[in-house]
Amino acid sequence: MTFKAASWLTALAIALITAIPVAVVLLSLLHPDQAVWDHLWQYVLPELLVNTFWLVLGVGLGVSLLGVSLAWLTAACDYPGRRFFSWALLLPLALPAYVTAFVWLGLFDFTGTFTTFLRNHWGIAQVPQVRSRAGVILVMTLALYPYVYLTARAAFQGQGRRLMEAAQSLGQGRMRAFFSVALPMARPGIMAGLMLALMETLADFGTVAVFNYNTFTTAIYKSWFSLFSLPAAGQLASFLAFFVFVAVLLEQQLRARRSYAASAKSASSSPRIGLRGIPAGLAVFWSSLIFLIAFALPFWQILDWSASVFETDFDARYIEFAWRSLLLAGLGALLVAALALALGYAQRLARTTAMNVTARLATIGYALPGAVLAVGIYIPVAWLDNQLIDTFALDGQVLGGTLLVMLLAYCARFLAVSHGPIESGLGRIGRSIDEAALSLGVTGAKRLWRVHLPMLRVPLLTALALTFVDIMKELPITLMTRPFGWDTLAVRVFEMTSEGEWERAALPAAAIAIVGLLPVVYLIRKTDAHA
Amino acid sequence: MLTLENLAHAYGRKTVLGDISLRLDPGQIGCLLGPSGCGKTTALRLIAGFEQPDKGTICLQDVCVAGPGIALPAEKRRVGLVFQDYALFPHLNVGDNIGFGLGHLTPTERQKRVAEMLGLVGLAGEARAWPHQLSGGQQQRVALARALAPRPRLLLLDEPFSNLDVDLRERLSLEVRDILKHEGITALLVTHDQHEAFAMADAVGVMNEGRIQQWDTPYNLYHRPRNRFVADFIGQGVLLPGTVRGSHKVEIELGLLEGVSPAECDGDSCLVYGEGAAVEVLIRPDDIQHDDDSPLLAEVERRAFRGAEFVYTLKLASGTRLLALVPSHHNHAIGERIGIRLAVDHVVAFRA
Repeated sequence: MTFKAASWLTALAIALITAIPVAVVLLSLLHPDQAVWDHLWQYVLPELLVNTFWLVLGVGLGVSLLGVSLAWLTAACDYPGRRFFSWALLLPLALPAYVTAFVWLGLFDFTGTFTTFLRNHWGIAQVPQVRSRAGVILVMTLALYPYVYLTARAAFQGQGRRLMEAAQSLGQGRMRAFFSVALPMARPGIMAGLMLALMETLADFGTVAVFNYNTFTTAIYKSWFSLFSLPAAGQLASFLAFFVFVAVLLEQQLRARRSYAASAKSASSSPRIGLRGIPAGLAVFWSSLIFLIAFALPFWQILDWSASVFETDFDARYIEFAWRSLLLAGLGALLVAALALALGYAQRLARTTAMNVTARLATIGYALPGAVLAVGIYIPVAWLDNQLIDTFALDGQVLGGTLLVMLLAYCARFLAVSHGPIESGLGRIGRSIDEAALSLGVTGAKRLWRVHLPMLRVPLLTALALTFVDIMKELPITLMTRPFGWDTLAVRVFEMTSEGEWERAALPAAAIAIVGLLPVVYLIRKTDAHA
Repeated sequence: MLTLENLAHAYGRKTVLGDISLRLDPGQIGCLLGPSGCGKTTALRLIAGFEQPDKGTICLQDVCVAGPGIALPAEKRRVGLVFQDYALFPHLNVGDNIGFGLGHLTPTERQKRVAEMLGLVGLAGEARAWPHQLSGGQQQRVALARALAPRPRLLLLDEPFSNLDVDLRERLSLEVRDILKHEGITALLVTHDQHEAFAMADAVGVMNEGRIQQWDTPYNLYHRPRNRFVADFIGQGVLLPGTVRGSHKVEIELGLLEGVSPAECDGDSCLVYGEGAAVEVLIRPDDIQHDDDSPLLAEVERRAFRGAEFVYTLKLASGTRLLALVPSHHNHAIGERIGIRLAVDHVVAFRA
């Protein structure tokens, strides 16, 4: 078999890791179990649909408002602290939403730090209830607005200021020109960021679980682990997967149209709108407020809580959680990056439509909620286990509840994270480099080893780092497919928050947040490079 | 050494190469010259083995490497390549780049060969340098050394000088020619730049629309173009209407031309078109001489200063336009009328 054929087969195998769980989940939509359906329709789905509707609507509006306003201020205007805010406003990306969530609960719950302070010092007894629909929406908005901020900012920067000046010379005031020119031009970019934020919203498990706000992901978890009904979990997963695919299709439509924003670019170094007086003050206030409540306050709070419990909680068990998180993230990142490299390389060798479809399929898992993938992987694994048990008369599951299943689920979920940098890294290596090696008699695996791998060092490291952090933060897959008793830092955060032990949840959360800063710093450096 | 026979290739339904044949003798430097999209790069890729031809055969020495039922993979052809963008491996230093294709040698032999190649291209002592530290011309020479190091049977060069400054281009093309001739390398060059082609090659094939229009020496391409495309693509000039007046004579507005062997007049005689037949005659700028005593006057319509000479666009009383190459101390203003004289050595005429 030639190297090329082998790489084709590898690509197909990699695509199957994602395609099988997706197929399993979607097939369960086609073959509903009547009894399960009836139960779901009557008791579960109405609430889930209503909750999901309000969540998507609220977070959608919230992230658009925050993301677009902050992007416009930092990209097109000038005010004191603009340079600082332009990167600092990305920092919330380092905090998983479930961490921001429990910090807010800890601060504003009836027994929370902030509420107690208000009660004792100013005698204010009535604070708005945080554990509510509005609370979930607010917290998720604060955690997810950076997606819109990033894409909108790129779009605004691409337009420069000339077109705004043209609008002003045609008699439109600054505000009207923003709404008539800058905003419509940035719309495709904004929508792309919005879709990413909404996919994350649909995929979220940790935040809604902390808030006891029932959505599909928590319902999947409950039917599986409280009601022990894998079919019901499968039905719910298929429902959620359907919503997500609609979002993916929308996003792709929008991405195809994004080009017109880029084509209208003018000098990006064009002068900014200098804000003075009250507008400048408002801009500073707004930027600082969001930076404080979305990042500085929660980050400071988890560090503070961590310090308070450090003496008692930093023990052998904590080291064990950390070690498991590092092991999983390390193994997962290595495996995912290796598969992403194999896939990217297969694409380079065979530039055909069939290969593009294969690669697309293999990387679609990033859009799928972890809870859905966990179910989609677990059903076939359980089936395979049963076959093995029947055939070889074994007395227990072989694959289920092993690290292998977890790692497979991570591969399906995070392949796109590694694939991105590797694909663009390979894209930067010209065809002539391949042909030069070929004409000098070096081909196949030898060429990969001697030419491409050394040239891909930076993209590979990027892929490893990004995937490592994503696995470290990951909650639903880890929670649902981990070997019995195999708790990681993320699982520990989840368990402590379920019990309202905010301080004790903070210690593992601090570790996750600090590691999570790495890719954000990388992102900041990358966006600053072409800013 | 290299023989192409009836080579044809298509990408999908688009034919890019339709039936080309050529022969290179050992040590000969050939060139495929043509506008972009003429199929010259495809020809190169077929010979290198990056693509398989739809029809025809490619033979190196006595071995056919591509043809019906034959497809020797590129890495086994022993064909060296110098790429347009040089394609130096950025993670390897100059020495390792040159030694890349020498995996079959022992480390000592490899080192020796690398040093030898560095000396050949005038970069001795640069083995430790990184590609990005070198100038464009130096990178080009490293690419040449790398391609020559494994002693290829044939060297292919793809627009090798197009990324260089104009004056460096000319110097380097002569230098490369000297190296190839010194080593006795058979080489095929592909370019759209006729100066490059003429400086480097012994024989040039002018290509258009997937076919070789004429395979000839640079001198003949300029002075004896076989068809209108070659006449137009190589050098400057205009086509003036004329009438055949005898076997070697054509009458044009400026007088009777007597020359030898008009190119497209098959064989030696323009009489193949018939006495009195209407033809078009190629007049190059150097066929027109400035002569103050000449009774033939033309008006300067445009002028382009070239340093040593002017290229004047002249208009005759009849409205016919001509190009004339005139030493630059003859500085005439636009609108001025100057005397000209025909100095045509040989007549190139095409059927009108």
